[in-house]
Amino acid sequence: LTIIFLVLPIAVAISAAAVLAFVWSTKSGQLDDLETPPLRMLRDETPLTDREHRNAKAPRRRGRR
Amino acid sequence: MLFSLTSALIPHVPRLDAAAERCAHCGLSLPERGAIDSEGKRFCCNGCSAVYAAIQGAGLGAFYDGRALEGRDGVPARPSGRRFAELDDPELARTFEHHPDGSVSAVLQLEGVHCAACVWLVESLPRVVAGVREARLDFGRATATIRWSPSEIALSAIALSLDRLGYTPHALGRGSFEQRADRGLLVRLGVAGAIAGNVMLMSLALYSGAASDVSFATYFRWGSFVLALPSVVYCAGLFYRGAWAALRTRTPNMDLPISIGISAGFVSGAVNTLRGSGEVFFDTITTLIFLLLVGRWLGQRQQRRAALAADLALALAPSMARVVEGSERRDARADGVRAGALVEVLPGERIPVDGRIETGDSAVDARLLTGESTPLEVKAGDRVYAGTENLAGTLRIRAEHSGGETRVAKLVAAMERAQRERAPIVRVADRIAGHFVVAVLALAALTLAVWWRVDPALAVDHAIALLVVTCPCALGMATPLAVSVALGRAARRGILVRGGEVLEALARPARFVFDKTGTLTAGRPELVEWTGSDELGRRVSAAERGCDHPLARAFQRAFPAHDELVAESVERLTGAGLRATVEGRRLVVGTEELLTSVGVDIPDDVLARTRAHATLGLTPVLVAEEGRVAIAAFGDTLRADAAPALDELAKYATSMSVLSGDHPLVVERVCRDLPLVSARGGASPEGKLSEIASRVRSGERVVMVGDGVNDAAAMSAASVGIAVHGGAEASLLAAGVFSTEPGVWPVLEAVRGARLTLRAIHRGLAFSLGYNLVGVVLAMAGVLSPLAAAILMPLSSLTVVTSALRSRAFAVPAVRPPIGVSR
Repeated sequence: LTIIFLVLPIAVAISAAAVLAFVWSTKSGQLDDLETPPLRMLRDETPLTDREHRNAKAPRRRGRR
Repeated sequence: MLFSLTSALIPHVPRLDAAAERCAHCGLSLPERGAIDSEGKRFCCNGCSAVYAAIQGAGLGAFYDGRALEGRDGVPARPSGRRFAELDDPELARTFEHHPDGSVSAVLQLEGVHCAACVWLVESLPRVVAGVREARLDFGRATATIRWSPSEIALSAIALSLDRLGYTPHALGRGSFEQRADRGLLVRLGVAGAIAGNVMLMSLALYSGAASDVSFATYFRWGSFVLALPSVVYCAGLFYRGAWAALRTRTPNMDLPISIGISAGFVSGAVNTLRGSGEVFFDTITTLIFLLLVGRWLGQRQQRRAALAADLALALAPSMARVVEGSERRDARADGVRAGALVEVLPGERIPVDGRIETGDSAVDARLLTGESTPLEVKAGDRVYAGTENLAGTLRIRAEHSGGETRVAKLVAAMERAQRERAPIVRVADRIAGHFVVAVLALAALTLAVWWRVDPALAVDHAIALLVVTCPCALGMATPLAVSVALGRAARRGILVRGGEVLEALARPARFVFDKTGTLTAGRPELVEWTGSDELGRRVSAAERGCDHPLARAFQRAFPAHDELVAESVERLTGAGLRATVEGRRLVVGTEELLTSVGVDIPDDVLARTRAHATLGLTPVLVAEEGRVAIAAFGDTLRADAAPALDELAKYATSMSVLSGDHPLVVERVCRDLPLVSARGGASPEGKLSEIASRVRSGERVVMVGDGVNDAAAMSAASVGIAVHGGAEASLLAAGVFSTEPGVWPVLEAVRGARLTLRAIHRGLAFSLGYNLVGVVLAMAGVLSPLAAAILMPLSSLTVVTSALRSRAFAVPAVRPPIGVSR
């Protein structure tokens, strides 16, 4: 059972990676609004018209509000 | 048809019929006098009709398909008709986020966001407004982040489009500070959760017998020590800060016993790890920290919502003024207007400065400032105040005061002062926290003393075990959870509460003081009596079409004109009257003096009746047609839900009274049949403040319910201020509770919900104290193992969580009378 001396640090490292991913997603604002995204996907997108396409081509906003 | 005065005083009650009888925009049941558009669609009000036309006109009719799926009640739309010039203020623009491609982002708070279809509609803005690049709606906070190109469109124009779609926007800063605090807490929560899970796994190994092998036991102890370290040091940091603040200010709070428990457990665990023997409580401590953070996070998340709504920029007096210099007009910042400057105000605009009218006559709606329901007729030489609305004609005003010197600004300052001076509410949990700390420390000392004679080492172990097991995890969660459940449900019902302490204060019996205008009443004149025929009414309505006078609008609401009726040779007379020919009949509409002056003979009985109206605080208007004279009487009327809500509220209030700025006669007429101890009129905003403040000082609990700036100062001086829908932004700042729905019923719901919440808080506290008692007995008896602590603690938390979630606060929609949607 001495393998446990090796397995435990590996398990901790994996959960540390998960925590880091969580911290990153929080800091980049992905968890700021938990209510709207599930509502947003309920509606189908209609194709953009030419003018809207031009409008939408501007660079996307970064992940901050 | 002759309306009897008494029955007409109660606004009509909408019928609750089949779906066909519902407003095509908001889906609410139709009142008798709704609006109807050219396609025959029916609406509950002109607001909904206008928004429907705007949405269809922009090709966004799909909004209504999505709404049908939702099956949720809408809210009647009411475009504010404001011009939003203040949004183009360069000072404000500096707070926006500027992108490298030249576009700008701003966050706007929206009124009227209520369903999933709203998300789609608001986010479709770039399709219909050229220059808008992106619109993102945060449904929970009802804020929209708009990114637009300032070279193509002004923010005020975007705001105007949003307003037309039924979402009245308000400027909002970026709120980055709060956002950082929210994210910080979430990170702590995540880290604490991961650590708690891992430490628990290692403890499980220890409990299940790994400790029999010394090398494994040492390994797991050290492992859990290393893992618990960041949780205790970093994640729990905010509890130590709270405890330190409590010690310094000598106001005990829950953070104090929490910090004692965590640090005692961790220090003893660390010592035992070093020694390689004895008990370690790392699993209990890390789980404790995690659960406490969950409670904290939930509480904070719900509170944000109300805080944001109250954070609306003060848009009472417009920030821009049109200054007239010679023949030129230029836009200037309102607070920079010098005394003596001439300012022009168009109909429909708010007056930006305090001053005297130089030229022009008009009607001014001052209800925001004074609570007077009837618009004031003003002419040259009259004094007008910033923040009031110019209704009828163009005015030129000689400025006397601007910016911080205006009456409205002084009122807001008085409100802020009252808010600062008000004693903070001591919460139930914090009140028991002091006793709790003393009791726990005494018990720990007792345990130590008793066991010392048996074995000093054992005595320390048992005392530590007691400190850890009494660490008030469930106690710390009981209040935030119950409150957060209540606040969340209340927000979904359109009642925003600033925080748990407000809810607790509202739960106790108090004197309720109501404002009249806009609170108990709709705050605008309605036709309460009409002695003419329906046909005549429709003819008058046709003659008044396009007239912006509030009484004319009230008449048109009562008699929606048909398109086939066209008035000819309409002639406006000074003094708010008119002459016109409809269906070949000659009509004169106006006051008694006006009719006499154009040669109409008024019969004596009509004259007597108009006098009677005046003593009731009603505004009579006469209509002469072919020698016959009919009377239309206008007045502020009670909302449909006011009387039933007050009857119910009487059960919870020690007493109820009305304190209004309106004329005493009007107050008396309107409040006659309500269960009140007193109804006072003629109270100035300053008078309201001093009355409420003196009652609070004498130790009475006072709940002030109001809507305007005139109530704001009184509301912030009261124990709890409740602002009802339609209120000014200043009243939101002053209020602890804000209802997004019109009427008095939400006040009743808030009080009921607050009582149930307080009951849930008490229940949670009782449960967790019970568990703590069990823990204390076990620890003092010396039979509390870390395993028992690890089971007892989450068990107590689970009980408290269940109890909080089962609370009925704001859960069951109370049977409410339909609101008279009469507009």
